[in-house]
Amino acid sequence: MTGQIHSIESFGTVDGPGVRMVVFTKGCPMRCLYCHNPDTWETKGGTEMTTDEILEQYARNAQFYRHGGITVTGGEPMLQMDFVTELFEKAHKKGIHTCLDTSGIVFRPDSPHIVEKTDKLLAVTDLVMLDIKHIDPQEHQKLTANPNAGILAFARHMDEKQVPVWIRHVVVPGITDNPDYLYQLGRFIGTLSNVKALDVLPYHDMGKSKYKELGIPYPLEDVQPLPKEKATEAKQVILSGVRDERAAAENKSV
Amino acid sequence: MRPEWTDFTSGVWEREINVRDFIQKNYTPYDGDDAFLAGPTQNTKDLWAQVMDLSKQEREKGGVLDMDTKIISTITSHGPGYLDKDKETIVGFQTDKPFKRSLQPYGGIRMAMKACQDNGYEVDPEIVEFFTTHRKTHNAGVFDAYTPEMRACRSSHIITGLPDAYGRGRIIGDYRRVALYGIDRLIEDKTEQKNTTRTIMYSDVIRNREELSEQLRALQDLKKLGEIYGYDLSKPATNVKEAIQWTYFGYLAAVKEQNGAAMSLGRTSTFIDIYAERDLKNGTFTEEEIQEFVDHFIMKLRLVKFARTPEYNALFSGDPTWVTESIGGVGIDGRHMVTKMSFRYLHTLTNLGTAPEPNLTVLWSTRLPENFKRFCAKTSIESSSVQYENDDLMRVTHGDDYAIACCVSSMRLGKEMQFFGARANLAKCLLYAINGGVDEITKKQVGPKYRPITSEYLDYDEVMEKYKDMMQWLARVYVNTLNIIHYMHDKYCYERLQMALHDKEVTRWFATGIAGLSVVADSLSAIKYAKVRTIRDENGIVVDYEVEGDFPKYGNDDDRVDMIASDLVHTFMNYVKGNHTYRGGKPTTSILTITSNVVYGKNTGSTPDGRKGGEPFAPGANPMHTRDSHGAVSSLASVSKLPFRDAQDGISNTFSIIPNALGKEDAVFAGDLEVDLDLKK
Repeated sequence: MTGQIHSIESFGTVDGPGVRMVVFTKGCPMRCLYCHNPDTWETKGGTEMTTDEILEQYARNAQFYRHGGITVTGGEPMLQMDFVTELFEKAHKKGIHTCLDTSGIVFRPDSPHIVEKTDKLLAVTDLVMLDIKHIDPQEHQKLTANPNAGILAFARHMDEKQVPVWIRHVVVPGITDNPDYLYQLGRFIGTLSNVKALDVLPYHDMGKSKYKELGIPYPLEDVQPLPKEKATEAKQVILSGVRDERAAAENKSV
Repeated sequence: MRPEWTDFTSGVWEREINVRDFIQKNYTPYDGDDAFLAGPTQNTKDLWAQVMDLSKQEREKGGVLDMDTKIISTITSHGPGYLDKDKETIVGFQTDKPFKRSLQPYGGIRMAMKACQDNGYEVDPEIVEFFTTHRKTHNAGVFDAYTPEMRACRSSHIITGLPDAYGRGRIIGDYRRVALYGIDRLIEDKTEQKNTTRTIMYSDVIRNREELSEQLRALQDLKKLGEIYGYDLSKPATNVKEAIQWTYFGYLAAVKEQNGAAMSLGRTSTFIDIYAERDLKNGTFTEEEIQEFVDHFIMKLRLVKFARTPEYNALFSGDPTWVTESIGGVGIDGRHMVTKMSFRYLHTLTNLGTAPEPNLTVLWSTRLPENFKRFCAKTSIESSSVQYENDDLMRVTHGDDYAIACCVSSMRLGKEMQFFGARANLAKCLLYAINGGVDEITKKQVGPKYRPITSEYLDYDEVMEKYKDMMQWLARVYVNTLNIIHYMHDKYCYERLQMALHDKEVTRWFATGIAGLSVVADSLSAIKYAKVRTIRDENGIVVDYEVEGDFPKYGNDDDRVDMIASDLVHTFMNYVKGNHTYRGGKPTTSILTITSNVVYGKNTGSTPDGRKGGEPFAPGANPMHTRDSHGAVSSLASVSKLPFRDAQDGISNTFSIIPNALGKEDAVFAGDLEVDLDLKK
């Protein structure tokens, strides 16, 4: 089976544990204002690659990935679910650690077909990095041009299946740095028992040049990059939400 | 057993000069972490503050604080020199005071004069007169023997960086021998070697006997150097302080007589640790005291300085001494060779702050203990000053008592030495192949007048055929130039002390080097997979190239071009091997122009890969800048396909990365990848 690949980074160090081969797929239905990969939005274009071609490239340099593995990101990799599933199935047979970096936007809890396909993918996924863009439905719509109901449902679904998850959240000044929202996000994460790590990222504007190349106006022209310390502060707010939620749950059960 | 050796495990090392055997029988592998390490003492801090102050003065004076202009440096030429005698536990400077550069005219009087002049000093006229009229130097000898062709190659820069006007360096004396055996025993051994040379006086036997006499004299002088500082080096060292001091005196004597391109130290840490372990056990010294000795030793190594010209410094991007010390590695019996001393050496980067010298090089193996790996990572992050080399690769050919000279040249200590050979510019050679031996910049006929390529578009097969012919010519003139250089260096600037700390039978590596590998690989790939049009001047000499279409570029894990690079190394090495080498030297080659790639690029015209004339080459075996577009692993994969078998003198790849691209938090960076949801607070 072939997939539409935007590019492959052979030395990925920030998308999952260890040194990883990171496959960027083409196509994404989200239009996040701060997206730094607008060149992956379109499904068309890119390079058509088979799962075997990707794994061959991996095998050639397997020495580098001994403590890492393969990560598929995008774009939105779950748009090419069958392709990613086949890739991960084959990878698993070779003992390669698999990681899916997704927004969860494709998930539909009310579609048995999609749920079935998703479960097939999750069965061969060692780690999911779920990027929750915004906890508030209206704000999520504004930020990404999409609702977040399916995404939160996906998080709960993975909790049921006990799939290991890292939650990612980008803190953008004036958009997601409101402490109330951060706290709410924490309360939501607190309801999940499968979350292994929380990765809070400060907004950066390194994608700007790509917009220029593509001739698209940059939506956050006036927003300054967030200092690292602010992201650490935001992380503390989220964690306080997580703690409160867990404490509340404990009290209830007592 | 000698009293100095009490508590040591016996072995062959007692009966013959065999430091490796001593180490293997006596060292204590250390698997623990860095918790035992001691910080700097007040004396260490005071001394280092003094050094920082002197460094500042040196910078303010334009790079040189003081120079000798009258005293020719020998092992015994100077009285003792100190920073602060009462505070220094390890002593000895190249001259009578720190930061004063010595006068070493044997490599070449003109270079010595120029180094002085450029820094505002004047060599004593009597010395100049003596070394121009009465005593020949290495440099003068070389130029007496050079052919016009060699001179032309030299000035057109198709062969560059030749050690024909300065010391060749790259020889590591086994300085540990001084500590383990004491000089009297070494003299005894060398005397026996001299008494057992062959007896029919062929010229090589005569040379051998003369050199052994020089070596014996150097050992006597080394003993005197000890006396100058109040030490008796005739006997073995009795404790760790003496072991360091004796070893350092051996090294100091070498740098007093040789202003070599690289004056490396060897592999001393695990050796020294044996003494430290014994002293700790017997309560002779505390951990804090031992760390102080090490700090002071390393401080001395940081202050090794040579008189050099601005051009030399430009070629090497700074004022490097390449005091390389090799640390760690794994023994052939499977035990790793990391000791507490390996930690202590690296810890000097914390105690004294970071510095490029000595070039602390970890011989890396996947089998090094986890705690040491972590400590290395931590020290690297904090200091950016640790070099790593692949022990798993080098151990196969060099065993477990080799060390690195300069940046990558490996040699067995006391058993192998190297004739440093700079490098040949393979990119320029390709241009010569296209232009029939005419230099693309000077337009002079430098290479042989082979038929040039006359077509507008370059044809791969035609270019390759001509390129091979030209490489064969280049290898011949290059090796023969080096033959002259090493003959003259042995004759007029012999490394008598360093060679006194070698065995009788020495393997000599005849080092050569390659510059411009990635330029040539990409050029040939462009010719093969795209269309390359030649642009000629009024005389028909190709001066530029136009590439039409895209082509595979070295550095992207693409076999189509990576194999071109790999074959190139193999082919050139075969041509090198086809020549006679001085003193039975075994040819090796290296791909490691780490800093001089800029200068080589400056002297090379436009190349068929689209690189414009004068633009820098990539350093060492690196892919050309910005042409590796598939990430670091693919880039490294291309480099790793180069055959080490053909380039045993080393392949270097300069790899810079911003810390953030290596992971997120410091914890992640150091290898702690389990980031748990922190709910405790």
